[in-house]
Amino acid sequence: MAALLSVRGVCAGYRGVPVLRDVSFDVAPGSVVAVLGPNGAGKTTLLRTLSGLLPLTAGTVRFDGQDLAAVPVARRVRLGLAHVPEGRGVVEELTVAENLRLGGLWRRDRADVARAIAQVYELFEPLARRRGQPAHQLSGGERQMLALGRALVARPRLLMLDEPSLGLAPKVVAQLMAVLAALRSSTGLAILLVEQNVRSALSIADTAVVMALGEVMAVRPADQVRADDTLRRAWWGSGQA
Amino acid sequence: MTRFIFLTIDGMATGAVYATFALSLVLIWRAARIVNFAQGAISVAAADVAWSVGSRVGGWWLGLLLAPLVGALLGALMQRFTVRRLGPERHLDAIIVAIGVAMVVQAVLGMVFGLQHRPLPAPVSQTVLMVGGVPTLSPYKLLVLGAVALLVLGLALLFSRTAVGLRLRASALAPEVSRLLGVEVERMTTLAWGLATGVAAFAAMLVLPTGPGLHPTAMDGVFITAFTAAVLGGLDSPVGAAVGGFAVGLVLNYVTGYTDEPNLAPVALLGLLLAVLLVRPNGLFAGPTIRRA
Repeated sequence: MAALLSVRGVCAGYRGVPVLRDVSFDVAPGSVVAVLGPNGAGKTTLLRTLSGLLPLTAGTVRFDGQDLAAVPVARRVRLGLAHVPEGRGVVEELTVAENLRLGGLWRRDRADVARAIAQVYELFEPLARRRGQPAHQLSGGERQMLALGRALVARPRLLMLDEPSLGLAPKVVAQLMAVLAALRSSTGLAILLVEQNVRSALSIADTAVVMALGEVMAVRPADQVRADDTLRRAWWGSGQA
Repeated sequence: MTRFIFLTIDGMATGAVYATFALSLVLIWRAARIVNFAQGAISVAAADVAWSVGSRVGGWWLGLLLAPLVGALLGALMQRFTVRRLGPERHLDAIIVAIGVAMVVQAVLGMVFGLQHRPLPAPVSQTVLMVGGVPTLSPYKLLVLGAVALLVLGLALLFSRTAVGLRLRASALAPEVSRLLGVEVERMTTLAWGLATGVAAFAAMLVLPTGPGLHPTAMDGVFITAFTAAVLGGLDSPVGAAVGGFAVGLVLNYVTGYTDEPNLAPVALLGLLLAVLLVRPNGLFAGPTIRRA
């Protein structure tokens, strides 16, 4: 099957300081790819580059066959590429309902936006109860639900999540992973998941992209990484995973 | 007491215009973290163009409708072709550019319309009405209050009820997240500038008939007073701009009314600013100072 997202030889960085070096991997339609690696591996930089917040200095990114080089950030979500940034990225001063509306403002199909928002409220019941409250009143888990739900209002084909488990209780993380797995199997949504929480990420991933110091160290089937203890230890040390 | 009532009511009417102009400064501050020092000059330019048409057809009323449109166009052009080119990080450079734009606009106005004061007549009487022997407001100041109330209501509805309003707020509060959600943030910033300078031009059409009329620097005093009002309110807050505007209007009226010494007014204004900023350094209604990407 042709890749939904194809990353080839990508280099990028901040103000002339290179971070990513020659990064290549694919995300197949409907698959879950986990990007794993320690702090400073370039995982967040990778997502920021894929969504266009950072310019490429070399390489190509194709989404559904289309080269993204000339596609501005605000246009990429229209192609079906949604990015939930690190730190949840809810607009604190706006209400839950306004945050969700914001996710679908660009869409012409108003009826489907309303349907998508209703589905988000069904999926994340606490959001429905708090729809009129400003987002800064939400708990960490609720903010993650809001950020994720808001991305879903765009009906993306690829969802890029940056550290969604950060700061959440293990139970909430498990629920979140269950929701992601369910979304993937019910809608065929592909997910590119950046995580430091290796175990949760591997629990739903098909493929693991292991990064260190801005480079891809390995691309392996997730169950192989899950099974291979030595492999895990070598990559993340015995303390993690 | 009669004098106090009159000074208070009249101060509110004057303050309403300062509040409107302060609001226009706050709108740009929220969108771009820049104080637009060209706001005064652009608002005069808009009033000049609007009155050039209005004095021939439609009168002041048509002028009041045209001025915000011309002001919005000028502000949007200014943002698009000067400020945006600097990029989002160069706030100080943008302020200097704004001062430059103000000088250019004032020079062009001087060349086109001349440097003498030209009257901008009010559409209704400016004679103060007596209510039960107490002087209150002129019909014109009543009109000003009504027009400001309508404008504020319109802006509140725009920001709270429309998709464009949501885009404008999101772009100002969280530009990066907004971009990821498909909001054309650059376009929204330009729109915010246009909206703000439109509001400033509206304020100019309202205030100029109460002074010596049209002149390239006619709004400089209003700009300084309204800027003080906006800083009082916290620069970030529309409500703060309104409260600041009314406070400044009242203080100016009380000082000039009770001392008969117009030179004291600016001193009193600075005194008020100093007092407020000593107690609340970020202004009365300042929001959180940390903004996220």
